[in-house]
Amino acid sequence: MTNKLKIDRKFMPLLATVGVFALLYLYGFLQYKGMRQPQAFFNLFINNAFLLITSIGMTFVILSEGIDLSVGAVIALTSVASAALLENYGMNPVLVIVLMLLMGTLFGGIMGAIIHFFKVQPFIVTLAGMFFARGMCFFISLDAIPIKDPLYRTMALTRIQIPGFERAFLSLSAVIAIVVLIVGMYVAHFTRYGRSIYAIGGNEQSALLMGLPVGRIKVSVYALNGFCSALAGIVFSISLLSGHGLYAVNVELDAIASVVIGGTLLTGGQGYVFGTLFGVLVTGLIQMLIQFNGELSSWWTRIAVGALTLIFIGVQSLFTSRRKKRQALGRASLIDVEAKTAVPMEDKLTTGSA
Amino acid sequence: MTRSRFSWHQLRDSQLFWPLLALALILLFNLFFTPGFYNVEIKDGHLSGFLIDILNRGSILMLLATGMTMVIATGGVDLSVGAVVAISAATATVLINPALATELISSEELIKDVTSTPLWMCITAALLIATLCGLWNGLLVSRGKIQPMVATLVLMVAGRGIAQLITHGQIITVYYTPYFFIGNGYLLGLPFPLFIAIFVYLCTWLWARRTAFGMFVESIGINAQSSFLSGINEKNIKLAVYTFCGFCAGIAGLIYSSNVKSADANNAGLNLELDAILAVVMGGTLMSGGRFSLLASVIGALVIQSTTTTMYAIGVPAMAASAIKGLVVLVVILLYSEQTKLVLTRVVERVGARS
Repeated sequence: MTNKLKIDRKFMPLLATVGVFALLYLYGFLQYKGMRQPQAFFNLFINNAFLLITSIGMTFVILSEGIDLSVGAVIALTSVASAALLENYGMNPVLVIVLMLLMGTLFGGIMGAIIHFFKVQPFIVTLAGMFFARGMCFFISLDAIPIKDPLYRTMALTRIQIPGFERAFLSLSAVIAIVVLIVGMYVAHFTRYGRSIYAIGGNEQSALLMGLPVGRIKVSVYALNGFCSALAGIVFSISLLSGHGLYAVNVELDAIASVVIGGTLLTGGQGYVFGTLFGVLVTGLIQMLIQFNGELSSWWTRIAVGALTLIFIGVQSLFTSRRKKRQALGRASLIDVEAKTAVPMEDKLTTGSA
Repeated sequence: MTRSRFSWHQLRDSQLFWPLLALALILLFNLFFTPGFYNVEIKDGHLSGFLIDILNRGSILMLLATGMTMVIATGGVDLSVGAVVAISAATATVLINPALATELISSEELIKDVTSTPLWMCITAALLIATLCGLWNGLLVSRGKIQPMVATLVLMVAGRGIAQLITHGQIITVYYTPYFFIGNGYLLGLPFPLFIAIFVYLCTWLWARRTAFGMFVESIGINAQSSFLSGINEKNIKLAVYTFCGFCAGIAGLIYSSNVKSADANNAGLNLELDAILAVVMGGTLMSGGRFSLLASVIGALVIQSTTTTMYAIGVPAMAASAIKGLVVLVVILLYSEQTKLVLTRVVERVGARS
């Protein structure tokens, strides 16, 4: 019984997010006719594909107790650089995509290396990275560059029918985002690498003492996030079919907000990639509801996302402080520790008998 | 010999040394590469030129850096200053503009040289709202026990929305001449914002260094727990510091909106929080808190502003300039890092061992 309650507490932030999403969707469903079509739900994925991809990368960074403020700028840089390479140099689109992904990975890796080897706060290094990437966009081009490449165009127009629904479809970018989500979930929860990230986020010192390659993993997490942002940038440029340095402004904030709303602790070591999906969906849904409403202006989205982030952070800090108190109590009294270890034993017996 | 070396060390260890060196390097660069950089002429009864321009535009950054220094010295950070600048600018201009942004009125009435609210009231209201924003941040950090970066991120995200709400999503233009004096006026031939910035700096310096407050701030930055145990009211000091930072951002918002004679909720103070943090970091105050120097931060602000102005002067597009700024910042941070010194000594030792 007690164990069951414990599991509940572990999943609580995630469940809360899913609940918020369900309630908001129900409200929209009852209020607006347009939202009753299944396509409205799939549009959430289509419109927020790039945000989902970059938020998954951000989840890994935050799980490792870091932060990356450069993602929006990297998305913009990817869009501009790929547009310039495609249109001004006539490069092969496949080659461009590969180059962009490499660039993103390298960019993230360099930031990670500076963070790890020079022991500078991630926040300030990625801030400088953000400045750098945004500025580079305008060195490439001051104006927006339209993309006329046939491959990009076909990718933008591809519609993938969803079996079971008559007129519902997903765009290619949404499918890419879902694939990234599944891979991200697998990596985070079922691989050694994922566990190491959790361990480092939980306590870097003990991860190091456990013999985990902390440096390599930390650098690779930023490289991974760079890769995700570059991929998000490609998806972004496919959906807009152009590249400009002022695209994706404030996306880093949206991504962080989505991760937090998804139940990942900003102090690292706790959270689920799956939660991030719902964080993104809630953000997207708020935007959609405001669009459907038509009277409220778009800046309400920012206020609502900010308020929601605050609520989730507040709940988080409540949880952490309570856990800390419990830990302190546990350290203080040996009996408590014994009681704690006794619980799983009991549980094993019950599950065994069942 | 030993005497001179001692003073050299003293000079190098002073927090003012590096920002002053950076400023000197930039000014030296301009001496060779930017023609006319040092020309100061008298136009319409006041001085004008690149140097004056740096002082004029740099005063907003100096104000923000002053507030930010105190916040960073407690080991925190305030990411919301840019948004607070926008909120303060929006409040002041909305109160001046007779339309209050709610109703459509004829353009002749709109561009009249009048204000719908007395000027002192506009200024007070803007400063009050900005201070409240700071208070909110302070409450979240000190009472809510939320990481400063995250707590202020909330206002950074929502703040521009609030500013939009105040202006009803419009760019509010003002035509009230007395208001322009705040951002465009000249006193003794020098830009008026500079005087505001210096005044605020002096008050802050008195507050921090002529009372025990500065010491409390530093002690919290070094170790909040032990400060608390030694009887320092850690919570209230944090609250005061964030509130003050909001207040500074409020003044900056007034200067900004008066300078460009309008308030654009989306773009007012965009990326200013980054510039302010960079100014403080350049001034040698560690992001982890502790020892701080207000003067060094103010010089850091001047360094950032001169870098920006220099880049504009040599023809780098405004937006592209941020790439160079990012690199400069990274180099500065690496220079300050203890780890760099360690790595460098190790490399030097290794090379020495090989040869």
